[in-house]
Amino acid sequence: MILGRAFEDMCAQMYYRGKMFGFVHLYNGQEAVSTGFIKLLKQQDSVVSTYRDHVHALSKGVPARAVMSELFGKTTGCCRGQGGSMHMFSREHNLLGGFAFIGEGIPVATGAAFTSKYKREVLKEADCDHVTLAFFGDGTCNNGQFFECLNMAALWKLPIVFVVENNLWAIGMSHLRATSDPQIYKKGPAFGMPGIHVDGMDVLKVREVAKDAIGRARRGEGPTLVECETYRFRGHSLADPDELRDPAEKAHYAARDPITALKKYLIENSLASEADLKAIDKKIDEVVEDAVEFADESPVPSQSQLLENVFADPKGFGIGPDGRYRCEDPKFTEGTAHV
Amino acid sequence: MGLRNIIGKRLGLGLVRRRKPFSTATCDGDGNGNGNAKSINLYSAINQALHIALETDNRAFVFGEDVSFGGVFRCTTGLSDRFGKARVFNTPLCEQGIVGFGIGLAAMGNRAIAEIQFADYIYPAFDQIVNEAAKFRYRSGNQFNCGVSNKFPGLTIRAPYGAVGHGGHYHSQSPEAFFCHVPGIKVVIPRSPRQAKGLLLSCIRDPNPVVFFEPKWLYRLAVEEVPEHDYMLPLSEAEVIRQGSDITLVGWGAQLSVMEQACNEAEKDGISCELIDLKTLLPWDKETVEASVRKTGRVLISHEAPVTGGFGAEISASIVERCFLRLEAPVARVCGLDTPFPLVFEPFYMPTKNKILDAIKATVNY
Repeated sequence: MILGRAFEDMCAQMYYRGKMFGFVHLYNGQEAVSTGFIKLLKQQDSVVSTYRDHVHALSKGVPARAVMSELFGKTTGCCRGQGGSMHMFSREHNLLGGFAFIGEGIPVATGAAFTSKYKREVLKEADCDHVTLAFFGDGTCNNGQFFECLNMAALWKLPIVFVVENNLWAIGMSHLRATSDPQIYKKGPAFGMPGIHVDGMDVLKVREVAKDAIGRARRGEGPTLVECETYRFRGHSLADPDELRDPAEKAHYAARDPITALKKYLIENSLASEADLKAIDKKIDEVVEDAVEFADESPVPSQSQLLENVFADPKGFGIGPDGRYRCEDPKFTEGTAHV
Repeated sequence: MGLRNIIGKRLGLGLVRRRKPFSTATCDGDGNGNGNAKSINLYSAINQALHIALETDNRAFVFGEDVSFGGVFRCTTGLSDRFGKARVFNTPLCEQGIVGFGIGLAAMGNRAIAEIQFADYIYPAFDQIVNEAAKFRYRSGNQFNCGVSNKFPGLTIRAPYGAVGHGGHYHSQSPEAFFCHVPGIKVVIPRSPRQAKGLLLSCIRDPNPVVFFEPKWLYRLAVEEVPEHDYMLPLSEAEVIRQGSDITLVGWGAQLSVMEQACNEAEKDGISCELIDLKTLLPWDKETVEASVRKTGRVLISHEAPVTGGFGAEISASIVERCFLRLEAPVARVCGLDTPFPLVFEPFYMPTKNKILDAIKATVNY
């Protein structure tokens, strides 16, 4: 959680210094959900996220260096600099992405869950009990894709957990004013799966619920819908001045900061000392600083990378009038190859 | 084509970051010369148009994601305070639902003005636009439509489109080509604040479903004198915004300012460029473009969307059909590349001034 928070704060600094650009959405305040769920997963389990995905990537095990380089748009980033803030992918860690468009990731997660069930039951890989987690927000719960996937997942009993990070706001739209029944967890039973509500600011409670849900999925008992009540301390994105939310509401949730709460718990129950916690803070700061340095020094992608990865075969652009592959024609990247 | 009384007006800029200053070469007559024009930017012009639309028709509604506080680009500022939450309201995050709901409103005789937050998000609504809005009148034999003839209401869908410098894959797309392939709707793209206000009012009052793309790069950057009164600009009429004799350039939206810069540079080399703003892409003004090509014999089309299957292809095919023997050189298209809109590579992807300039020279010297 500390890594998540420190990383996101550094992102903000780097953004304002012009080192990264684009639309960046920070996760401050919601760390308990990411840590509570993702830390229970194995490497082969999959995670599908939204545009607010830096911390999901970090929790899943993508190195901070790779994430920071991706944000800076360098070749050493996890997507070779082609994705940016909103599109963190990692085949190694089974992170099936960041999605800029809300709700688009949920069907993808459903497909990934189906694969693991298929492997277990049809291909008879008996030990394949991989679970998929789909993270999304409260605004997405009013979108058609969400409902379609709840139906499919329950119908086919897929090993998936739908995690709603309900931070009450979809840019400037309050969840309470946009939804007919704001209690999202109730939508689970309507489709035939359990719906659970948990305090998303308390990492231990989230972990308990996550254990149950992930356990259910692993045993093949089907999907679960978990609604985590959480809050984002910053605006929707770094371009959002965040003037609309009531300061009293922000203060209420700031008092429930998951990191402070856990620190307090650890100290009160003598599980760790102040010094230990300070040491963790320091170590994380070093990791983040190192990530920034690494990203700074990494090379920017070359112009030829522009045409790569559009198709499986870069030669997929076909043959130009001069008989050569278009992607090899320097004029192709000038956009004037027909002249 | 309107009167051309002032040429080469330089515009002030709010922020100078990645774009250079541009000018609209004309300040055409919008009919009434009653004074009162103020210098405002694009989102303010659109805001004014929306205020007027809601004022002049009490069955007009504005809805979409986040419109009530003013919208992420401030285009709907003040509307909800002035006209009330029953007429200006937020919808949940469901584009398909938003547009479908708008079609229903329009079919029952209201003026529905739907906002899709970014044109990149219009695809879930694509089904409703193509299969429902475009075909409503046709398949009901004019009984129901997204525009009832006695009161002229209708459906207008507004969406910010186009590159913005840092938008990446999902905040910079130009999907106009997909919609230009659909008979039954209109596609309109303004190039500047004055145009935007007049065109938007025409779209809202047009009895057909219209998709109105607003160049998001220009929301704050483009500043122009815009009359404060209610005025409309005609749809399906292209405008020659710069006279020339050697080559015709055709474009729309934010790309025109880039083309204008290329024209200025080409002029230094003695090439006289004629620049046409299509304004309405569907149905587009073939006559104006054809007349210009008959004059110059050469044409170049430029747009941000990828070149293959972009709207430039339609223009090119039509011009070749109509002006084949007059053409002195192949039709040139300087467009975005055939890749998803990149994040880091945006400067390489975009049809920049230099690419256009190179193409102008190559075409003229063919």
